This record gives sequence, C-alpha cells and structure tokens, in this order.
Amino acid sequence: MEGREARKQDIILAGVGGQGILSIAYVIDHAALDEGLNLRQAEVHGMAQRGGAVQSHLRLSSETVYSDLIPRGGADMILSVEPLEALRYLDSLAPWGVVVTSATPFRNIPDYPDLEDILERLRRVPKHAVADSEKLAKEAGSSRAQNMVMLGAASPFLMLKEDGLLRHIENLFKPRGANLADINLKAFRLGRAAASS
Amino acid sequence: MEEAAEKDSAMKPEVLLGDEAVALGAVHAGLSAAYSYPGTPASEILEYLLRRPSGERDYTAVWSVNEKTAYEEALGASFAGRRALVSMKHVGLNVAADPFMNSALTGVGGGLVVVAADDPGMHSSQNEQDSRTYADFARIFCFEPAGHQEAYDMAREAFDLSEKFDIPVMLRLTTRISHSRSVVAPREARSQNPLRLGQWQDWTLLPVNARRRFQRLLERQPELRAASEASPFNALTLNPRDRRLGIIASGIAWNYVQENVRDLETEPSLLKVSTYPMPESLIRRLTDHAERVLVAEDGYPLIERMLRGLYGVPGKTILGRMSGELPAAGELSPDLVRTAMGLKPLKHYEPGERPLAGRPPQLCAGCPHTDTLKALTEALRDRPGSNVFSDIGCYTLGALPPYNAVQTCVCMGASISMARGGSDAGIRPAVAVIGDSTFGHSGITSLLSAARADADMTVFILDNGTVAMTGGQTSCATGPGLLKIIEGAGVPPAHIRVIEPLPRNHERNVQIIREELDHKGLSVIVAVRECVTYSSKRRG
Repeated sequence: MEGREARKQDIILAGVGGQGILSIAYVIDHAALDEGLNLRQAEVHGMAQRGGAVQSHLRLSSETVYSDLIPRGGADMILSVEPLEALRYLDSLAPWGVVVTSATPFRNIPDYPDLEDILERLRRVPKHAVADSEKLAKEAGSSRAQNMVMLGAASPFLMLKEDGLLRHIENLFKPRGANLADINLKAFRLGRAAASS
Repeated sequence: MEEAAEKDSAMKPEVLLGDEAVALGAVHAGLSAAYSYPGTPASEILEYLLRRPSGERDYTAVWSVNEKTAYEEALGASFAGRRALVSMKHVGLNVAADPFMNSALTGVGGGLVVVAADDPGMHSSQNEQDSRTYADFARIFCFEPAGHQEAYDMAREAFDLSEKFDIPVMLRLTTRISHSRSVVAPREARSQNPLRLGQWQDWTLLPVNARRRFQRLLERQPELRAASEASPFNALTLNPRDRRLGIIASGIAWNYVQENVRDLETEPSLLKVSTYPMPESLIRRLTDHAERVLVAEDGYPLIERMLRGLYGVPGKTILGRMSGELPAAGELSPDLVRTAMGLKPLKHYEPGERPLAGRPPQLCAGCPHTDTLKALTEALRDRPGSNVFSDIGCYTLGALPPYNAVQTCVCMGASISMARGGSDAGIRPAVAVIGDSTFGHSGITSLLSAARADADMTVFILDNGTVAMTGGQTSCATGPGLLKIIEGAGVPPAHIRVIEPLPRNHERNVQIIREELDHKGLSVIVAVRECVTYSSKRRG
C-alpha cells in the first residue's frame, strides 16, 4: 500500500441489532459528504437486526471507493458499541489499525464469554480506546445514547472535523426533540473526553 | 448522459441506499405507480417511495398482498400507458413468475420495470437463486448496476428501453448494492405518461395472439443484443502489451476487481458486464485477447457457464466459480476475488484464539410469538409424532434454541399446505404456524384447500398486525378482516379460536390449544397481539 497517500479511512462499525450503529453511520456519512469525500457504507438489514450481531462497513476516501465491503486487513478502525462485537471483527483490522470499543457488555446469549477476558484481548491491540459507554450515556441523560458516546470516543481518530460531526448529530436528533439532541451532543462530548484522557 | 448531469447540477447530491437510488431514478423517470411486497433486500425501494414528502409524491405507491398481485397491478398500470415499477426480493419473483413470463409476450404500454433483489450468501433468504436467469428465461433486457449512480441511471434508462422495445425490463440488484449507501447525483425529472390503453390483440394471450406475440419477442432479440453491445454501462479495456489475463466481472463483483486490480504487477484486460442479453462480441473480444479469463459474478456463474459452453473455449483457460477459483456458493467478497486474481491476502491484525460465541438473531423481548410458541410447545409435550410446519416470518426463529418449536420453513404459505399433506400422510397432530401477512400473501388458498377437505390439522395464525421481519410494513390480512377470511374459507366457526398470547394467559391458552388439537378436523387458532417493535410506529 506504500506510495499511495490518498486520504482514506475504512471503518467497521459493530454492535448488536437495536444499538443504533446506523445512526453513527448517518452522522459520519453526512459529515464526510460535507467535506467532499467519497463514501460507501454497507449495512445489514432484515433478519439479523433482531438482536443479532450487526456490522456496517463504512469507507471514506478522497478517491473513488469501489468495494462496498472492506477487505480483511483493510480496516483502519473498528468502532464497536459492544466489546464482544469489537472482538468479532478484529481480524479485519489492519496491523496498524485502532479499535475503539465500549466496555459495556450486551448479554443476550447464554454463552457470553468472560468480560475481563474480552477486554484484555481488546487492550492487546496496540492502538485502542475503551470507554464505559453505559456510564457516560447515563451521565449524558439516556443509556440509549451509548452509540453517540462511542462516536465521540472514536472522533479523535477520525479524519473528519469535530464540528461537522456535531452538526449532523444535531440534524439527526433535533427532529425528535431538542432535549434528545442535547443528550446526544453531550454523550458525544463525554465519549470524546474519555478517549482523549 | 454526461451532458444531462452537468445541466442538472443544481440538483443536490444525496446519500442513498442502492434501493433508494433505484426508487429515485424511477421517480425521475416519470413513475406513475409502484407496487411491492416486503422482502429483504428489496423492501427499501417502496419504503423510500412512501416516505417522500407528499408534495413530491405524484404517484401511487402500494404494499401489495403478494408479489404476483404486485406484478399484475404494475402490468395494469403499464397497460394504461403509465410507467410502473414492481420490486421484490429474488424469491418473490417465483411467486410473480406467471405474470412476469407472460408480460414478455404482451409487451408494455408505459415502461414496466421489474426490480429483483437477489441475496447471494442468504443473509435473509431461503436460497440464492440468480434473477438474471429469469431475465434470460423470459428473454427480456436486464441491467445490473455496480454502483449507486448506475443504479439511479439504469432505473431511468430501463423505463426508456422498456417502451422502446415494448418489453418489461429487469433491474437486478444484490444485497450489497441494495443495502449499501453512497452518493447519487440526481438529474431533472421527466414528466409522467398520459393515459393510453393497450390494443386487445396484443394483450389477450389466446393461442392465436400468444403465438404471434411470442414470434415478435423472438424477432426482437437481435435488437436487444445490439442494445446490450452498445450500452455505455459495459466497458472493455484490452491491454495490448500483456495477454496473460483477462477479467470479466458483472455488478458488484466489478467493484471487488477494481479494489484489487492496482495490486497486480501487470494490468489485465478488463470487461465490465452490466447488461443482458450478454454483450457477446465484447466477451468474444476479451476472450480472443487473453490466454486466461477469470469470470467474477455474484450469484450463479451465468456468464462463466455461457462462455464455457459444452466444450470449453479451445486454447483458453476459463476461471471462476465453476473451476473452483471462486467458491461455487455464497456471496463474493473483495478477499475471495483477490485470491482468484492470484494476489496474496492483505496483512491483518492477528487476534489469536477463536472462535467466539455467536450472536444469532432472536425474537425481541416481549414478542407475542414467544408466548404462542411456548404455549404450543407445552400443549404438544405429551403428543409424540406431532409436527409443526412453519412459514416465513420472525416466528421462523422459533426453530432455534431456546424454543425448538417448529420443524419446517420452505416458502411463503407452505406451512398450511404442508401440514395438510402431512396430515393426509398420517402425522398427528399436524400443526401449521403462519403470520398474518404471510397468510394474506399465500396462506388463504392453502386454507381454502384444507377447509374443503376438513383436514385434521390445527393452523395458528399469528396476528401481530404488521410485516415485522422486514421492518413493520402494512399487513393486508389482519384484525377482524382476518377472522372473516378464515370463516369465509369454510373453517367451522366453533373451531376458530382467538387467543391473546401473554404470559398471564399461558394456562388458558394451552387448554384452548389442547382442545383444538383433540378436534378431528380443521381448527384455526388466531393469536392476536401487536408486534412489540413496530406497534408504536404503526400508530404514528
């Protein structure tokens, strides 16, 4: 890959159906569009959305993006709202890639592995950021805002400007109420601060 | 096309799903009417059309009762001279196959575009059939986009070609384009067609007319092939300095080739196939030029099989799904295509020990199906030899742990018909489980057949008032109307029982189910409780 210094970022978004990873994608997509970047973003709809493992491949580039899927080893970042789900896609990560993950488990399966073991394996990745998304989301005003906490935690590693992300969080949530927009903006800021500390 | 794009640069680029790009293309092509039945990965086409602001909705958009109905409704609109869109998942085209095949003979009035969204890899499907086979079967024209702008542009052009050649035109999508988002630059909208009725001689497929119309379809084939050859959506690049490798790729597979091609040491010759009938002379030129030809297509190896023929191509090596360079089944990926191109895999982070606990999809917390399945399982506990025939919907997840409650899932409506056959063959109790929308789609005729014979079986209709699996679309057979359909089909009123599947009703429901299992004849138990996930959406 040497010698081709296109501005690009390939991100695997991960979580459990219902955790709102498509809202994360919406914000990143539109912030990228504002910055004139090309993008492709593959989603999972249908059966898997019923509480199953879901992921979205999000590709940003100053050049043409061809494949909707990120090749194995091509992901610059894994951004996960759930630790087991972060672990699931680690082998897609480039050797130099960063994993940004929530530490809050979503236990809806009988054989959920030992959480400490999961976190230990995630912290083994040289570049990582782990945020207590449930605690921070509650602090922001709603445990459902964990997705925006994690977007905030990922934001220092994203090639996108922070104000663009904030603007599109507002665009996304304001139609559903000013209070909801404030909660999600706060969630983003708390996540960002946690990852930067 | 380029000029038009420039002229209309005032229209703002939008981030759209592939499905939405097709829908918007249809709107801008002067769409008058769109029909569909929900099915992954096609549902978002009609959802987008329904979601547009009312000021921009100068068309009919309807969730039909099933795909056959949807196809015929679209055909009627086309007969009236209007442009019509019908969209469905790949297996939906099986349901609509009768009108689909015959509409190639009737021809069209206004442009008729059929979107078939295939699901290679079976993310949410029972098979991975390739709809390009259907386009070939019906001898119509087919587009296959590789990107979102193409999806939009092809949807527009499909309507033009449909009217030009007087045939329906197919747009074939796959999951990865349907459910991927990218930026689309829309162009100025064309106005709708005026009302103009078709000629009866063309549209009445009595043998005398059908023979003539089939002849017309056959005579049109050279024109279709010529249009395919000339389509700007296909692209051939021959490398005169290196003849070792040529790659033919269609649809989404083209993107995987592009993703990897820059890592090859020498540039291969490339052919992008986006239209069918296959652009034969382009394929011939690439094959003549290259020693080895890799064919990458998501779905069945249609191009590869055609290219090989019975005897292969003398002096050439053809690689693809049939030769094993690519897997025979499943969805393609950039990695699989990379390997088939002879490249080493990319280096990736090594996470160490595997595998991880899976997280399969499951019924939502508080789902009414959970309570119905629990009550049914308990009622069947002391009845060995029973079988529960299930259908297509969220309740199919009842086949998995912890429920282990149902034993079949084949196609829309098969639960009731298979239970009847199973009952005829001696299964006792024979039980069918089907949702309200699936019952409307394909269960009614099966129930009619079972009721005529008063077959000894028990049918559960799970009325949650919506099409939940695909995102909460409108159901056509729910509420009091559903009960009237059941009674009208001839089920004895004493054996139509309504239960409310709630934990607090469990004992009572088990009792009712036992009574109907004991009944020597047909019973229908309707389990009525709103979907927990989509109820508020429907009220809103």
